[in-house]
Formats: sequence, C-alpha cells, structure tokens
Amino acid sequence: MGEFQVHRVRFFAYVPAGIRCVAHSTRSARLALARTNGALEVYNFAANYFQEKGIPGHETRSTEALCWAAGDRLFGAGLGGDISEYDLEKLRVKYSLDGFGGPIWSMAADPSGTELAVGCEDGSVKLFQVLPDKIQFERSLDRQKGRVMSLSWHPSGTRIAVGSIDLLRVFDVKSGHAIQRILVDRRLRGLYSCECVVWSVAFLSNGTIVSSDSVGKVQFWDSEKGTLLETHPVSSSAVLCLAVSEEEDSIVVGTSEGAVYQFQLLPVKWGSAESKWVRTKPFQHHTHDVRAVAHSATALISGGLDAQLVIRPLMEKMHGKGYDAALRKFTFPHRRLVSCAKKAGLLLFQFPQHLELWRLGATNSAGKDGDILPVSRAPEHLLQLKSKGPEHICCSCISLCGSWIAYSTASRLHLHRVHWENGSVSLKRVSKVPKLLSSAHQLLCSADSTSLFVASDQGAVHVLKLLEPGSCGHLQTLRPNSGSAEAVYLLAASADGDWLAAASGDWEINIYSLRQFKPHCTVPAYNCAVTALAIHPVTNNLVITHSDQQVFEFSIPDREYTTWSRKVQQHGLHKGWLERDTPITHIAFNPKQPAHILLHDTHMFCVLDKSLPLPDDATPLMNQTTLKQLSEKARRGYAHAFKICKKYQPLLFVDLLEEGSLVVVERPLMDIKTQLPPPVQQKKFGT
Amino acid sequence: MAALCEEFTLCGLIASAGAGAGQGILGLEPGPDSDRVLLTDRGRTATLYKVSDQKPLGCWSVKQDQTITCPAVCNFETGEYVAVHDNKVLRIWKDEDVNFDKVFKATLTAEVYRIHSLPYTEPLVLFKGGAVRTLDALLAAPQQEIENVTSDEVIRWSEAFMETQQPVLIFTTEKNGNYFVYVQKVNPDILHKYKLEQEESSHPLSFTAYTKNKILTLLCLYSNGCVYKMSLQQSVPEEEQILSKSLLLKIVVSDTVLKRASLAILDIDHVAVLGCLDSPPNIAKECLSIWNTKFQTLQTSKELPQGTSGQLWCYGEKFFLTHGKVLTVIVYKCETSSLAAAVGKLKDTQTSGMRTVSSYVNWNMLQEEDLASPRAQQSVTAKTESKRTLRSRRNNVAKVQRDTLTVEQLLSDIKDSSQNDIEEELRQFLSNAQMSDFQATVGYVITGLMNRCKTEPTFYPRNCLVQLIQTQGLSYSLCPDLMAVALEKTDVHLLQLCLQQFPDVPEAVTCACLKAFLSINDDSLQGTNVNLDSVISYIDITPNDQVEKKRETVQNGFSSELMEDSCDVQLTHKSHVMYTEELCPVGPQKAALLNAILHSAYSETFLLPHLKDLSAQQVVLFLRYLQYLYIKCSEKVSMNFPGMRSPTINQIMDWMCLLLDAHFTVVVMLPEAKGLLFSLHKFVRAQVRFHSELNKIEGSLQELQRIKHQKDFGLYSIEMLELV
Repeated sequence: MGEFQVHRVRFFAYVPAGIRCVAHSTRSARLALARTNGALEVYNFAANYFQEKGIPGHETRSTEALCWAAGDRLFGAGLGGDISEYDLEKLRVKYSLDGFGGPIWSMAADPSGTELAVGCEDGSVKLFQVLPDKIQFERSLDRQKGRVMSLSWHPSGTRIAVGSIDLLRVFDVKSGHAIQRILVDRRLRGLYSCECVVWSVAFLSNGTIVSSDSVGKVQFWDSEKGTLLETHPVSSSAVLCLAVSEEEDSIVVGTSEGAVYQFQLLPVKWGSAESKWVRTKPFQHHTHDVRAVAHSATALISGGLDAQLVIRPLMEKMHGKGYDAALRKFTFPHRRLVSCAKKAGLLLFQFPQHLELWRLGATNSAGKDGDILPVSRAPEHLLQLKSKGPEHICCSCISLCGSWIAYSTASRLHLHRVHWENGSVSLKRVSKVPKLLSSAHQLLCSADSTSLFVASDQGAVHVLKLLEPGSCGHLQTLRPNSGSAEAVYLLAASADGDWLAAASGDWEINIYSLRQFKPHCTVPAYNCAVTALAIHPVTNNLVITHSDQQVFEFSIPDREYTTWSRKVQQHGLHKGWLERDTPITHIAFNPKQPAHILLHDTHMFCVLDKSLPLPDDATPLMNQTTLKQLSEKARRGYAHAFKICKKYQPLLFVDLLEEGSLVVVERPLMDIKTQLPPPVQQKKFGT
Repeated sequence: MAALCEEFTLCGLIASAGAGAGQGILGLEPGPDSDRVLLTDRGRTATLYKVSDQKPLGCWSVKQDQTITCPAVCNFETGEYVAVHDNKVLRIWKDEDVNFDKVFKATLTAEVYRIHSLPYTEPLVLFKGGAVRTLDALLAAPQQEIENVTSDEVIRWSEAFMETQQPVLIFTTEKNGNYFVYVQKVNPDILHKYKLEQEESSHPLSFTAYTKNKILTLLCLYSNGCVYKMSLQQSVPEEEQILSKSLLLKIVVSDTVLKRASLAILDIDHVAVLGCLDSPPNIAKECLSIWNTKFQTLQTSKELPQGTSGQLWCYGEKFFLTHGKVLTVIVYKCETSSLAAAVGKLKDTQTSGMRTVSSYVNWNMLQEEDLASPRAQQSVTAKTESKRTLRSRRNNVAKVQRDTLTVEQLLSDIKDSSQNDIEEELRQFLSNAQMSDFQATVGYVITGLMNRCKTEPTFYPRNCLVQLIQTQGLSYSLCPDLMAVALEKTDVHLLQLCLQQFPDVPEAVTCACLKAFLSINDDSLQGTNVNLDSVISYIDITPNDQVEKKRETVQNGFSSELMEDSCDVQLTHKSHVMYTEELCPVGPQKAALLNAILHSAYSETFLLPHLKDLSAQQVVLFLRYLQYLYIKCSEKVSMNFPGMRSPTINQIMDWMCLLLDAHFTVVVMLPEAKGLLFSLHKFVRAQVRFHSELNKIEGSLQELQRIKHQKDFGLYSIEMLELV
C-alpha cells in the first residue's frame, strides 16, 4: 500500500522552557501559562485543551506572576519590575508599566477584578487600578522590610495577606496598615537556622490564611488572632505554590520534589459539621520543581521546570471513567517548529533565539519493512542563524527549494537568500524588507518560491514578492470581508499558486484567490479551534483538522464540503481517533497517491486513505500489526482508512519529501530530561 | 397464567370531592396515548396523568358553583378533551388551554349522561333520556331537540364499541327493579331494546360487554356473585326481547353477598372482578380477583384492606382502582389460557397475548391457534391475508400518529403477521429503541418469536433472529428455545452467532452444536454466510479449492524434520502426517463454526459427559482439526493467531485433552485414529523437548533481548516503513 523510506531525525535539540506560573480563568475556561523564557501561552480547555495562543518570549522579560482581571484581560509582572498587559488578539505585549518597586515577585487581582496588588522586592505592596485600556498606580500599602514573595486578597477585598521572608503579614486595604504580623518557623540545620521563604499564601473567606514555605510545610493561620491552626509537613524541601478551589474545599500544593498534593476540607466524622483539612491525594507527575499550580472546578493543574503541563481531573468531580477523566500531559507546543524544504531535502529548526538549517542524509540501498538502511551520506548541519536583539523568534519558514529563509520576531521580519555554490552555502540578508505595521504570526512560502505570505493582525495576510537575486517587495494585503479582530495563526497555500487559506484566532478560515487578490469564500464556521490546514496539490481541497479531532475536507473550487467529508461526518470518526489527546499539527499529501492524507500528532502519524472504508467502533483502530500478518487477499477485507504508525514518538514534525521519502522529527523525552538541571536529590529505596 | 404484578399509587384523592365517602371518582378515561389517563373527580376537576411517571400533566377545574357531571374524555381524532358540567354545558378544550372559563362552551337542551370516545371516530354523546348523538352533529346545532327514548328509566351503565367500522353504543337502564338493555347503532340509526330476566334474590351490579364475530355479548355480574353471559341477537329492531342468560362463572359461595362490585374483561377467557364480599359473620372484605372463565378457576386475587369504591377500570394491562384515599394502579399479566396454565403447570415464559388500549375487546383480531382441519387453516390464511391489507393501512396510520412502535404492538404483530412484516417492524423498532429496559424488551420479542416458531413449523424469521442477537442484549437463559430451534433447523450461522454472543450457553447445548457442526457436510456449508473472521489467519478462503498452499517458513525454530528423527515412523504414517499438516481437514466454514465452539465458555465436569455423545468418526475429525490448529499455531512466533475470535493455543490444548479424556478408550481402539494419535504424541513430545531445550538457554536469550532493547538509533537513521 505504502512503503516509505523514513528519515528518522533526532538532532533537533529542542528543549521546552520550564513553566513559571499559571493562571486559570473559570469564566472563559482558559489557562494562561508563562514560561521561564518569558513566553506566554493560552490553553483553551473548552477546545480540548488546545494551545490556542502564544506570545513569544523576550530575553529581559521574566514573568513571575500572571492574573486575569476585569473580565478576560491578562496581566503579567516579572523580575524586570514591569507590569504588562497582554494583547490576546494581536498576540503581543500591549503595554508595560514600571512598578517602581524593583523586581516584582507576586501579583494578584482583587475579587472584583478592578485592582491589582503587586508585591515588590523593596517590601512594598502597590495597588494599581485597572482602567478600560490601561492600568494606573493608585497607592502603596505601608512599606515593610523584606521582599514580598506572595500575596493574596481576602474574598471580601478588604484585606491582603502577604508572604515574605520568615513572616506573614495581613494588611488592611483601606488604611494601608499592616494589622497582623505572624512569624513563620525557621528550619534548624545543625546549629544554625536558615531563613524561611513563604512561597505562596491564600486567604480564605473565613479568615484563615494558608501558607506554603521553603521549610516544606503547609500551614493554616487564624488571621484575626495571628495563631497557628494546623501544620502539615508535606515535603523535606520547599513547597513552592498553592491554589485553592473556588468552593474553598480543596487546595492543591506543588513541591520542589515534583510532587503535587491535594488537601481537602473533610468532616471529622460522617455527618458532623466540624471539618478539617486533610492531605488526601499525592501525585508525582513531574521530575522537577512544580513552580505553578491552579485549581479548576474539576481538575488539578500543575506546571514545573520540566516544562510539562499536567492536568489531572479529579475523579470525584467526573461522571464515570471516561475520556474526560483521563490525565493530560503537555510537553510540546501545539505549533510547528520545523519547516521543510521538500525539493532540497532541508530542514529548518526554530529555537527561541536561533535557527538551524540541516541537510538530510541519503542512502543508496533499499530494504523491506523494518530495516535500517546504511547511511551513505550523513546529515549535515549547514548553518546556524542567530537572531539579533532580545526578542525571541515567533515563526520561521524555508521555501520549498531551500533558497529563502524567513523568520520573524515580535517586531521585525527578517528575510535571507540562501546561495548554494558547489557544495558550500552562503547566506545573504535581504536588507530592504518592507516595514509592516504589525508583527508576523506565521510565515509561508508559495510552492514556486516567488512569494512569501505573512500572517498578521486582524485577519490580514500580507503577500510579499520574492525577487532574484535577493530582494523583495510588498505586493498585496489580503483582508477578510468579515473584519476579524483576531490574528491569523495558520496558513496554507495551494501548489498551483491560486489559493491561500488562513485561519484566525476566532477559528474562522478565509480562502483568498491569489489571482485576483481578493477573498474567495469562508469555510462554514465550526465551533472548535483549527489545529492544521493544508490544500491538496491535485484536487485543491482544503483539509482542516480541529482540536476536537474532527477532520474536514472542503472543496475550494466548489465552495462546499466534499462528499467524502460529509460521509465522514455522517459515519462519525472512530472512538479511538476522537480520544487522542494531542492535536494534529501538520498535514501533508502524497502527490502520487491523491487519495492519501498524511496527518500527525505528537504520538502517531497516520495515512488517511480516502478510498478505503471508515472503521466503526467495533473494529480496532490500530490494525497495522494484525494486517501485516494476514495474506494479501485477506487484508483487503480488513483494511480501513486509518493507517496509523506509532513507531516514532514523540513527533514534532512529519512531511513527505519530493522524491517520496518521509521525514519524521522526533524529540525523545529522555533527551530533554538530560538537558534539564538535576532534580532535588531524593532518597530512593534500595539505592 | 394471569398474575398481578407491581402496584403503585397514581395520585391521592381529595376527600371533599367525594372519594372518601366511598363514592369514588366520577370517571377515568384513556388519554391521548396509552400511557395517559384522564381522571374526573366528583367535584370540579379533571386531571390528565402520565401513568408511568405517576405525575399530573394538566388539570382543569370548573368554577366554584359548578360541578362536572360527565367524565372528561379525550377525542382521539382531534386530541381535544370533552366534558360536561351542570348536566347541560359542554366544554371542549386542548392541552394548552389553561383557563377553563375561556374554552369552548355549548349549552345543550337535554341532560347528558356520558360521552364515549373511540379511536378513529367521532365521540358519542349519550343523553339521560337515552338519545345518542355524535359530537359533531351536536356541535353543529347545540340547541336541537333531544328526544326521550327511555321513558323515565335511569341509565345505569353504558359503553361504546366499534363493530365493523361502525360505532355501537350499549347501555342498560333500570326502572322499578327491571333492567333493560339498549343497543344503539349510530349509522344507520338503529335501536334495539332488550329486557333482562328478573331475578328474585339478586340484582345486577356491573355490566360489561364485548363483540366477537359481529355478535355483541353482555356480561353481567349479579349481587349473588354470578356472572351471566347474554348474547344480544339483533333481530327485528322494534320489538322488545327478553334476554336469555347463561351462567358463565360463579364467584362466591352461596351465603355471601357481593356489594359495590365491578367486572372487567381482560381477554377471551379472563375477567377481573373487584368487589366487596359481605358474609354476615365476618366483616366485609374487598378484593380484586382475576378469574378464568374457561376453566372456572380463580387465577389470582388481591385483598384491598383500605376499601374501594367498587370502581374498576382497566386500560393497557393496568387496573385502576380507588384504594382508600388514593388511586392505585396495578399492573397485571394475562396470558392465553390453556389447561396447563389453568392448573399452573405452564412455564412462566410466555408473554401476554392481549393488550388493549381501551376496554373494548375485539376478538376478531385474535388468532385461533387450535384450528387443525385444513379447511379451517385455509380460512385462517385467508383471514390473515385480508387482515394484512388492513394492517398495513393501520400501520400507516400508526406511523403518522406516532413514529415509534410500542412493544405491545410489535408483540401482537409477531403473533399473526407474515415474516416480512415482522422483519420490517422489528427493524423499525430496533432502530429507534432508546428504552431503559432494552434487554427485557428484546427478551419479550424473542420469546414471542420463539413461541410462534414452535407452534408454526414453517415460520422461521431468520433475519429477525439475527438482528435480535446482534443487539447483544440477549443471553441463553433469556431465550433457551432459540438455540434448540436453530439446531432443529440446522441454521449454522445463527448457532455461530449465539455461541459468540451468549455468555451462558450450557455445556449440553455446546456439545449438541459441536455434534451438529461435525456431522454437516462441508459442501452443504459452502453457501452459508458463516462469519469467517476466525479462520482468515490460517486458511485461505479464496473460492477455488485447489489452492496450492506454500509452506510457510517455520518461525520458532521448529521444523517437521524434528518429527522424523526417530526411525520407527512408518512410511504410510509419514505421508498421513504430512497430509494433515498440509491441508485443513475441514472446510473454512466448518472451521469457523468449530472455532466458535472452542471459544465458548464451559466447565469441564459438565462438558465431559456430553462429549461422550460424539461418535467415533466425529471425534477423529475434530481431533484432526485440533491437531491442525495446534501445528499451525505453534508455527507462529507469538503462539497465537492474529485477528479477532481466533482460538488461542490454550483453548486448543484444553479441548484436545478433553476430547481425549472423553473418548480415550474408543480412540485407542480405532485403527484410523492410531496414526493421528501417534503423530500428536510425537509432535507434543517434540514441543516439550524443544521447550526444555529453550529453558536451558534462557539466560542467553535474555541477554539477546537486552542487547536488542538497548539498541540506540542515534541521532539519525534511515529506515523502511510499510503501511498496509
């Protein structure tokens, strides 16, 4: 059916950055997540946990705290001392404001979402007012000694609990005075005691303050009397973060040993009114520090320095043992970081601050299934392209012939012409790149390498003309008829150069005619995020995958869903397919087999053969091993449309090269782990 | 056997509305569908209840100073409700009407006794004077003159029927202890009048009637506890006849007196009686009982200690009666009576035969099952033919009215429809089956089908049975007859399905199936649609038989050469061995059937005695097949066949051992089995030796495994991948 030579690539040394803080918004069912490199991601829980937005990082920006306020506005503050608001439509920092208190360690919005309290290095707690399009400094609470590591508003909005070094304070917001000062136990190490950092606090509505500290304790305090209510020694190292559920009956804490614990408020006896906090469930999903936790209505969310985001649904909040109750782990971004020059056999890898260009190896022997062929030409690292300035790269692309490389940071688009001269490669920067008003969110070269498509704000796509020997000019700007406010984040161009499809953040897909440079049609709205787009080179059908794992095929010439797509919707996709937990991130086609669609997510790649019948839930989805044992004739009766290969994982990229061989880019988790700093030493039994 | 099943309370009754005083309620009429009833109390209120949910859906009341005098009924044609208050004021309203004062109102010139509503026809209005009008005729001219038919007699009871598409109203009147029966046909307008024979010691308590073969029969319960049957012969309309009565049933012993009693017909041989037995020395006790009129036996009874009003309604297999201060619903089951049932010897697997929506029983629809003579048979078929056209029309109507088919309907259709009709209905039924007790329903349906299969040898709804089995809601214990019937018809496909789907096939049946499978000729299986999933991995099922099977490479190191290492194998044996190894001794269909047997669950102790029933030939054939499987299986690395439902090596071995255990003495004596046993023995011995050798080098093998596992692919490799 399909025999491929597979270039199995593991030299993409991508290491995801650790997670620094998270903020969950129950209102919009979204999770904002900041990484240690300053990058911000927004996950949409309603769209099957899809990472729908991303703002690239910045060398000097390190976000220490995130919070949602005033509806769906997102604020961040960091050690740079700035408070920033993020523009989630244009995917960049909207503005920054200096807090004038030195590095900011913590930030929290008051219960009404109209005020932000930030805790600064100099010991001050400053209040900022959230105005419709900016924030404004309001006043400072009484300055005390010691940096403010953590703070939490009382649900009434009248008090703030502040965690500092060795102590906890309670401020009255109205007067600005500290009304309570609580000393926290230090740890005794030999004769000396070392300081105790209160990493996180939470103020409950009944006046109880919960604190977690570097000594490894979770403690409950009475804010009125300043007395200790309960102590729970959780860890021998620090307890770095805590979060309380909205009902205040459950607390989640994360430790530097990678463990996450749940505390629950349970009645002392069955039916008794008196209840007590009990440490109930331990989870060990992380290997390194858990720096951030959040508590949604149904799940515990934790993120750590091992760059994994873990969503652990609570079984007692779930109805039955279904797909929704399964653990989710996210390690890799839901974005494409690799681009492939199919004609030249080149791969371009995108790192936060540089790009790498590799040439694939070659072999001159053949073999059968499962064979590893001798490599006659080793892969070659051709060049490394460092981006200048502190801004991180947000997108990149290489043209199919490998002669143009484009990348963009938040503020600038860079274009390079690659020259190939008898085996050596040289790079020439195109100096006069047209100044575009807005940043690029996705880049794509046309199939004939004559134009570059730049996805931009407000649904716009700029078309740049690439001219030989090495210059370019702005040709057109395509805008949707509907006037979308969201940025375009996915692009797909047809092989014949006639059509361009663009998906924007509001999940609208616009199709433009490149002959006339005007909108051709819009794909019928579907209420789930688009994860990948591609246009078939022969039929000009647009294949769309959504984060709920649906696959659609839309005929651009006919402006309607194809009969196959309708058939799929009518028949329904296989349960096993719908319950995968990572989105399809790339779609490719095999020009020799027009009925085939190549799809991949992190854990599998699949050749979807449209000519074969769709499987129903009774037949196994993964049937390759069974089929391989059957005779040629018997296979025919058992084959179905989904030919899934799980041999390579985790997958970052799969594409089909011009000559028909397949390139898969893997990034083994083990390789990432070796790049991480050593975790906290733990005594293991038997070692 | 008729039986009373569960009982539940539909609603409480308000004492002020007359319920507490033993007067009961004014009326209870069927609602727009079989699950809804309209309750009218003696006060001002009519309420619509959903019976299965035990909750009211709507409630309508007249003004303070008015009283409803005639129970509200549902006009099935229009879905409206009709009631009369203050004897003369007619009201018509719909579900969505809230305020009773604003609904349609018509004031009539005469007092209304009752309104009768029948499906597919206009409601009939019976006036106290005995005149009858259809509702539409009355509404056309509300102020029309209403004649007086029954010179100051008082109407005691009335009921309406459909007889040959025409509504018939029957009512009884009383005057000075004399009872009269009137039969009023509406179209054309014909009135018959009969007089009941007078009885000195007792008086009629309750009436009920049914129609069969165009003959109206009236049943009357007297206060002395006797049920009399009177057929209303329709001769000349004008003259008044004296009705002759025949004793149908005697309910009470002589000295007791029945009070406040009601009689209801359940089916051809069953009546229900609700009454208060008042025998002077004891206190009165009230009970509900079901009687078989054919055998004069009491089927079941239930005491109602809190007292009733003596009113009994029965709609759709449910009794409605006032019990104390509540309206109680008692579900009953009533099956066609036979002597066995009457004396309680019938197994309780049959489902009920009759399910009526209204109290009206049309016995023309009943299948006469005990007709034996060919002439009668013919007439029956003719009748079913004519009925089919009728039914299809009725089905269309049913489809328009409600798109889901009820179980009751399906069950009654199973009794007399043709196979194709049943199949069609069943498909429709299964396609929109979203019920909670799906399993029980499917069980009912299959039992119904089985009953018909047993009584009618030519009836065998194969596709229906396959459909039902594939719902996966069945088990052997739910329908023990199914496999027996399938065995009788040697329907191997059905048997295969049963063996695959049922978790609880008894060993005796498994063995019977095995015996049947082994004795079927391979050629006769050629055309059957046996599922070949389980054999596909080792038998090539291409149609041409002369497939040259190429010898597969032996994967786990075993080769047939090992078997030949001892020199005592004779040449003939060797060729025999080669033969069994090469070709499957049975065809693919038979192999698939045998695989189904291998897969079924069993307990050794129970299986062994039944296995002894196999004949020597069958044993040898089965053994040869098992040996073939065993050899094929051990050729695979994984020691298992790929694919669904293929037998595992453990199953093969277990069955081989069982078979040898059961027939060892026979097999040893059989000359043709000798070679087989011999080669089996050799093969097993070789395997044992091979495995013991493998054990010796286990350490080295593990090292190999470790080496293979550790292989690193490096940063780059080019591999071959085939997707099939």
